[in-house]
Amino acid sequence: MKVFVAVKRVIDYNVKVRVKADGTGVETANVKMSMNPFDEIGVEEALRLREAGKAEEVVAVGLGPRQCQETIRTALAMGADRGIHVKTDAELQPLAVAKLLKAVIEEERPGLVILGKQAIDDDSSQTGQMTAALLGWPQATFASRLDIGNESARVTREVDGGLETVDVKMPCVVTTDLRLNEPRYASLPNIMKAKKKPIDEKTPEELGVDAAPRLETLRVTEPPGREAGIKVESVAELVDKLRNEAGVI
Amino acid sequence: MEFGLSQEQRMVVDTVRSFVERELYPLENEVERTALVPRELGREIQDKVRALGFYAPNIPREFDGGGLDHLTFTLLERELGRTSMALSVFWGRPSNILCACNEDQHARYLSPSVRGEKIDALAMSEPDAGSDVRGMKAFARREGDDYVITGAKHFISHADIADFVIVFVATGEEETPAGPKKRITCFLIDRDTPGFEIRPGYRAVSHRGYHNGILAFDECRVSANQILGEEGNGFDMANTWLYATRLTVAAMCVGRARRCFDLCVDWAARRRQFGQPIGRFQGVSFKLADMATEIDAADWLTLAAAWRLDQGLDANRQIAQAKLYASEMLARVTDAAVQIFGGMGLMDDLPIERFWRDARVERIWDGTSEIQRHIIARDLLRPLGA
Ligand SMILES: Cc1cc2nc3c(=O)[nH]c(=O)nc-3n(C[C@H](O)[C@H](O)[C@H](O)COP(=O)(O)OP(=O)(O)OC[C@H]3O[C@@H](n4cnc5c(N)ncnc54)[C@H](O)[C@@H]3O)c2cc1C
Repeated sequence: MKVFVAVKRVIDYNVKVRVKADGTGVETANVKMSMNPFDEIGVEEALRLREAGKAEEVVAVGLGPRQCQETIRTALAMGADRGIHVKTDAELQPLAVAKLLKAVIEEERPGLVILGKQAIDDDSSQTGQMTAALLGWPQATFASRLDIGNESARVTREVDGGLETVDVKMPCVVTTDLRLNEPRYASLPNIMKAKKKPIDEKTPEELGVDAAPRLETLRVTEPPGREAGIKVESVAELVDKLRNEAGVI
Repeated sequence: MEFGLSQEQRMVVDTVRSFVERELYPLENEVERTALVPRELGREIQDKVRALGFYAPNIPREFDGGGLDHLTFTLLERELGRTSMALSVFWGRPSNILCACNEDQHARYLSPSVRGEKIDALAMSEPDAGSDVRGMKAFARREGDDYVITGAKHFISHADIADFVIVFVATGEEETPAGPKKRITCFLIDRDTPGFEIRPGYRAVSHRGYHNGILAFDECRVSANQILGEEGNGFDMANTWLYATRLTVAAMCVGRARRCFDLCVDWAARRRQFGQPIGRFQGVSFKLADMATEIDAADWLTLAAAWRLDQGLDANRQIAQAKLYASEMLARVTDAAVQIFGGMGLMDDLPIERFWRDARVERIWDGTSEIQRHIIARDLLRPLGA
């Protein structure tokens, strides 16, 4: 089986994100970029499947400008076998990404597609769902455990209030949650090997996909600063405020 | 000319940085509090690094090391410099001089060091012979096929965790046109050799938990097989194998300065006085401007010297310049950092005071700033006969 993972280049999770002065987006100049942490988890899961003999090949797909190759290369250094780069300088929104992924997936016919549950930059949490819908494949999102059977996958999902276990027919789309695994670091031998692994380049035009944005960003602002809390005198007062003012109990 | 990193170099930097941030930063406060890294924890770090194939990255691949070139290794050291040396010491980087091992020594010292089964320390300095290394008094006299060593070394870094020590001692004197000169020989001495003792050293203000030790030799008998290289060629060996290690100091200074600087920028943007972020005051912002400029300058001096090594170009002066400038830069940067943080900069709630303390030793070990200036000046003037 071939496993597909998508890897997105995002601002590193350690970087304190700053809004551009003109409010059109966030500052990315001179900012450290890394692989989306949920995608790292996806790569790790795919590699573990291959190491367990349940997959033969792990293909990492990246979409976006030239620098995305770095992120794909990082996936190769973690151990993925080859990469596909859909190259475009256009702003990519989840629907466009899903359409592009669909086109690549239909060419390559993987048995399993693993995406992050969301990217830590825009936090949309849409791409996995849209990709599955466009392909007409089953989906299992927010996975914290993945067991591959013969024709189906058993996926434990992190849902509000607990865990849900579902069986999905393969091929299917799975999106990763934080607790699925702990991704590995790239090893030195794999870093040195990564250069020799192939990365295929494609364009949206070649794939016949219109990747134009459908949403317009009006304004980006800092979240409001946290307001000071209050001190309460007693437990009774706390319960009263939680019930009558906050309305949470 | 090309100022970018290769894909491999970028991934090495990213991996080392991630490892240091995720695995080592969380351990730092405990190390500062206890001045100790328990041996089991040290082994855990060694095991993780080994599993990544990153152990002994400086040792050539023909000896099963990581085989990084000088530039890539310097980038790695730069990232390791971000964290406590008490922790980063377990990211094993055996001394390059071990590559001079003969076949038998290879099996007993180089290979186990590359595999992380043995840790080496390196000893030149003595109480009465610091900058003036050749003034060393430790002496080995020949008796049949053996040598008998007497004397003491001090300030020996991580001797407490070393399984063997690479020790330079005098084995005689020879007449030269410039007068009598000591013949220096390099020995490999196992920790448990009779007549040899590793004692706790002094408590230093810099790099808490990264201990220095005292080596005492009292009629310590070793076979001539323990000589690394040849009798009397210790200094040639040191010049061939060790002169690049000063670059490590420079690289670590740059890494630590960057970590410290990032905290300063963030603080200057957030800390408010007189109704505005202190970064708006020129007294603070110009400090940041100078810090950034000096860090970049030190970074490029260091990388350029490493690049020269890879090109096979003479790099002695360039390494001395990088070591000199980077260590003095770190002193200025960490001092300015304390100033920018104000009183909090001195409190051990934040790592700033630690960076400031740790910076002090960098101008002293691996050749003081004065000795680096001496090397630079000699390189400039000697060709002119001055
Ligand atoms: C924490 C720590 C760890 C160390 N680890 C090791 C180790 O692992 N192995 C090892 O062998 N050594 C080690 N050293 C020793 C270190 O290399 C020496 O401290 C250093 O070379 C200086 O020697 P010294 O301290 O005896 O100072 P001295 O040589 O006594 O120097 C005192 C002062 O005189 C100046 N001076 C001396 N000669 C000249 C000159 N010709 N021109 C101008 N100024 C001069 C010096 O620059 C300095 O300012 C370590 C030192 C420290 C502090």
